[in-house]
Amino acid sequence: MQVAKAATSIAVAVPVPGTTAEIVAFRPPMRPALEGITDAARHAVAVVLPPLIVISITLFVWQLLCSEPGARLPPPTKVVSDAWDFIVHPFYDNGGIDKGAFWQISKSLGRVGIGFSLAAVVGIALGVLVGQSTWAMRGLDPIFQVLRTVPPLAWLPLSLAGFRHSDPSALFVIFITSIWPIIINTSVGVRNIPQDYRNVAAVIRLSWWEVFWKITLPATVPYIFTGLRIGVGLSWLAIVAAEMLIGGVGIGFFIWDAWNSSRISDIIVALVYIGIVGFLLDKLIATVGHFVSHGVSAQ
Amino acid sequence: MNHPYLKFEQIGMSFRRGQMETEVLRDVNLRIDQGEFVSMIGHSGCGKSTLLNILGGLLKSTSGEVFLEGKVVDEPGPDRAIVFQNHSLLPWLTVYGNIAIAVDKVFGSRKNKAERHDWVMHNLELVQMAQAKDKRPHEVSGGMKQRVGIARALAMQPKVLLMDEPFGALDALTRAHLQDSVMEIHAKLGNTVLMITHDVDEAVLLSDRVVMMTNGPAATIGDILAIDLPRPRRRLELATDPEYAHCRAAVLEFLYARHRVPARAAA
Repeated sequence: MQVAKAATSIAVAVPVPGTTAEIVAFRPPMRPALEGITDAARHAVAVVLPPLIVISITLFVWQLLCSEPGARLPPPTKVVSDAWDFIVHPFYDNGGIDKGAFWQISKSLGRVGIGFSLAAVVGIALGVLVGQSTWAMRGLDPIFQVLRTVPPLAWLPLSLAGFRHSDPSALFVIFITSIWPIIINTSVGVRNIPQDYRNVAAVIRLSWWEVFWKITLPATVPYIFTGLRIGVGLSWLAIVAAEMLIGGVGIGFFIWDAWNSSRISDIIVALVYIGIVGFLLDKLIATVGHFVSHGVSAQ
Repeated sequence: MNHPYLKFEQIGMSFRRGQMETEVLRDVNLRIDQGEFVSMIGHSGCGKSTLLNILGGLLKSTSGEVFLEGKVVDEPGPDRAIVFQNHSLLPWLTVYGNIAIAVDKVFGSRKNKAERHDWVMHNLELVQMAQAKDKRPHEVSGGMKQRVGIARALAMQPKVLLMDEPFGALDALTRAHLQDSVMEIHAKLGNTVLMITHDVDEAVLLSDRVVMMTNGPAATIGDILAIDLPRPRRRLELATDPEYAHCRAAVLEFLYARHRVPARAAA
């Protein structure tokens, strides 16, 4: 009886009168679109602001140092006013070597394009050869290691003696300067191909050519592009130096010519252009490498 | 007509490094029948992988020969496809591409393009990876990579499938999942399999026979245990099966009582 009594008393207690559940809606996160924009803006500021500050300080200090009457180098304001024509008219062409910045730079870039492409093709081929054969490695590596330290300009007299013309000589100097890192990096890449990949190739019996095309080359791509990046930087260094000596149209000789006619401001503007172009070349190769080697470098 | 399908005959293997010569394997004799699932277990350094690589043709034995269907094995080939421990997928190819590179090479002259595509997809479906065919290896999990590695090996239609600690690098749950898949596939296709493992449960669960290796140097086959459990085997039911427990105990006894790790045995 006791039990039944307890049960009824519980049953009475169950219905809860007069309570309605209040639905509390969560507020959507604060204006996500706007937040996204401010985030992006904050990020942009964080990336852009530091270099802007450093550049302004540098320009300011430079201006201070070179504003005195006896200063040997022009301050930034004078550089801009002196070289204004050169800056705002990159496409002028007065015949001969009197051309705008665009033509000077594109002539130099054309030479780099030819010389560097040759170096890339020959360098990758040699690198694969050297990387695959222990004998070739032992025989050629010491030579490469010595030759790669020879400065670009040291090749120029030899090159001029051999080719007797300035244009092929300039191309050769680019070629010979930029080929070493390409060879060396490619050969290191080939030697570092994991044994697993070779085993896979052996089990499915790929021919020598198929191994080269389907295993060696893709597995080596990140190394090749490291070599190409160093190489393109070196070739840009070399072209400017080589052009100073061989003359004609080109950003290198432009600097030399400006020096001979004491146009210091033009030299400074040309230096900035050279730096920017070199930077862009490096980024270009890096971007191509990123797309070509997506799978491998993600490992 | 008493030719076994696969025969190891007096296999010996020594490695030479400078003046030092180490004998890894000595007098290994083993016969494996068609359709048999044999696993090989032993402590690290007992030459299991060396033996598998000799069968795979990646290493040449110092003495003795391996015969597959009466023919001497002396080079790698797709009739002895290998599932590598670390999956060995080519990172620049998609999941599909990793299998297609093998299928195109092995069946390039026998199947046309559409047939090869179907065959790649068939093998991907076999390991339940068809939905991830366009992913690259770094985009899928470790277990999925090994599934693709298995599919690549199966796609070559090998006479014998070699597995070198195929699940060693995986976590326990993924491993159990893949073991079940391998059992299903083996039941369906009836492949001849030689698997190397460190895992006693894995050996007993999957195999028809467990080959137990003595410790190196100069390791050889210490004992062979036939696992007389009916198939299909289910791990849950086997957990309480007396025969399973008996087999498991026999392998453990071999590994830890009769052939302990050399360092400990010396101590």
